[in-house]
Amino acid sequence: MSRLRKGAAGPAEPPADAGPMVKAEQVHKSFGRLEVLKGIDLEVMPGEVMCVIGPSGSGKSTFLRCINHLEKINAGRLWVNGHLVGYRQSGGKLYELRDREVAAQRREIGMVFQRFNLFPHMTALENVMEAPVRVKRQPKQQAREKALALLDRVGLGDKAQSYPAQLSGGQQQRVAIARALAMEPALMLFDEPTSALDPELVGEVLEVMKQLAVDGMTMVVVTHEMGFAREVGDSLVFMDGGVVVEKGAPREVLANPQHPRTQDFLSKVL
Amino acid sequence: MTVDNDVVEPGRPPEAIKAVPVRHPGRWVAAAVILVLVAMFVHFLFTSDALDWAEQRKYMFSDPVLKGVRNTLWLTLAAMVGGVALGIVLALMRLSANPLLSGVAWVYLWFFRGTPLYTQLLIWGAIGSLFPTVGIGVPFGPEFDTWKTQELVNAAMAASLGLILNEAAYMAEIVRAGILSVDEGQQEAASALGMSRLQTMRRIVLPQAMRVIVPPTGNEAISMLKNTSLVAAVPYAELTFTAQTIYASTYKIIPMLVMACLWYLVISSVMMVGQYYLERYYSKGTSKGARERRRLPFMGGGAP
Repeated sequence: MSRLRKGAAGPAEPPADAGPMVKAEQVHKSFGRLEVLKGIDLEVMPGEVMCVIGPSGSGKSTFLRCINHLEKINAGRLWVNGHLVGYRQSGGKLYELRDREVAAQRREIGMVFQRFNLFPHMTALENVMEAPVRVKRQPKQQAREKALALLDRVGLGDKAQSYPAQLSGGQQQRVAIARALAMEPALMLFDEPTSALDPELVGEVLEVMKQLAVDGMTMVVVTHEMGFAREVGDSLVFMDGGVVVEKGAPREVLANPQHPRTQDFLSKVL
Repeated sequence: MTVDNDVVEPGRPPEAIKAVPVRHPGRWVAAAVILVLVAMFVHFLFTSDALDWAEQRKYMFSDPVLKGVRNTLWLTLAAMVGGVALGIVLALMRLSANPLLSGVAWVYLWFFRGTPLYTQLLIWGAIGSLFPTVGIGVPFGPEFDTWKTQELVNAAMAASLGLILNEAAYMAEIVRAGILSVDEGQQEAASALGMSRLQTMRRIVLPQAMRVIVPPTGNEAISMLKNTSLVAAVPYAELTFTAQTIYASTYKIIPMLVMACLWYLVISSVMMVGQYYLERYYSKGTSKGARERRRLPFMGGGAP
């Protein structure tokens, strides 16, 4: 699996030969009789930052959760880094992957949640070290050094020994980003990462995400932060009612939405 | 009392309030009544012949009583360790998506919580008549080896098995409540990091569930200390049974029972202190966590 170069300055350009990092084909998802996703077709190229906006209930978070198989899709196909998510195709038949294989796939994908979901019984440092030590079997000392470097990178080098309850929401979310990065994912998913934050704390989290984008990380960001989408996003997707209504360059979609539903939504939030 | 206007002068900090506090005559009356009752009780302790402190001193540290205390202690420990282990298994079965597993666990809980512990222990005492032999072999087929139950299961084993199987039913519910109390987002975060289900349970969910599990488990342990007295039904010579055996020949019933009570009080007091430190350990990372020193819960604390 090709790792993206780290620390590159300026927006990353995808390697010419690489296929899409995420490819969705007619993805359908229902909860019981409620159809949440009604056929999503999307592609995210390596190094691309895709922002997904839309009203609540539009299915944007569900789609994000499908990408790392936290939700099973009912129909369609979903690939990450060329691998079918959650299934193996062989001889024209689909085989469900074992828990162990799904876990292996998820190591390629970092996820940041709206409610942070830090492990409250561990310090910030232990939160970041946990997966590399337990899942990747890295030596503790090595994982520790890397975790400290990551905490430094999100501006929390001095909070390594703090428990989540002792940190502000913005700091917790930055620890959560460091925790996801510790697994060296090829793709980062953000599920409304700033929605649970006090307004004055939003900026510090967006700043870390922006730096990550500049460093060339492939990102799918479900967000309500139109400023972030405009400034950092390479593409913008507007979802409503379980379908992609409009997709394009963020500046164009935000300034000049083509679809009436997009116009309606943007007129309410901008 | 009048308040002078010049108490609060501009530019100077105001004087601290010196007011006459509200009087509570009711509290004084209640305190007096209780003091009299306490005095009567202390007088009774020192003068009553029925308590016979000399007789208690004579047996308190005698070999049979110490053996009874030892048996009570190891029964409590065995019942709790076995009960917690089996309880975790039952809790995970109850939470399993497999209807057969959760169904079996439900029936187990239904039986062991629906029948009295004393009756269960009587059955364990007579287990030889329920299952005359125990063997290893093919179900419904030939047996490779067979033992007489009466010889295999001695009184100590019957007593501990009886307590373990009963305790497991209660522990299962406590563990299940603990696991369910952990936010679902925790499992999702662990899954998203690529942790396996076992790792998630062991490293993420159970340590957090412990905060909910430990306090009732401490109470269970203290209850268990006292419930061991029921294995007299098997019969097995723990503390209460030993006291009974002694007064059966000396006819000094009350002194022996009070002596047993004193032993139980000493042990349960030690357990309560242990419970306090255990709870503090597992509240790591919470607002009430290790940073804050709470006072020992003797007043209105977690003990039953």
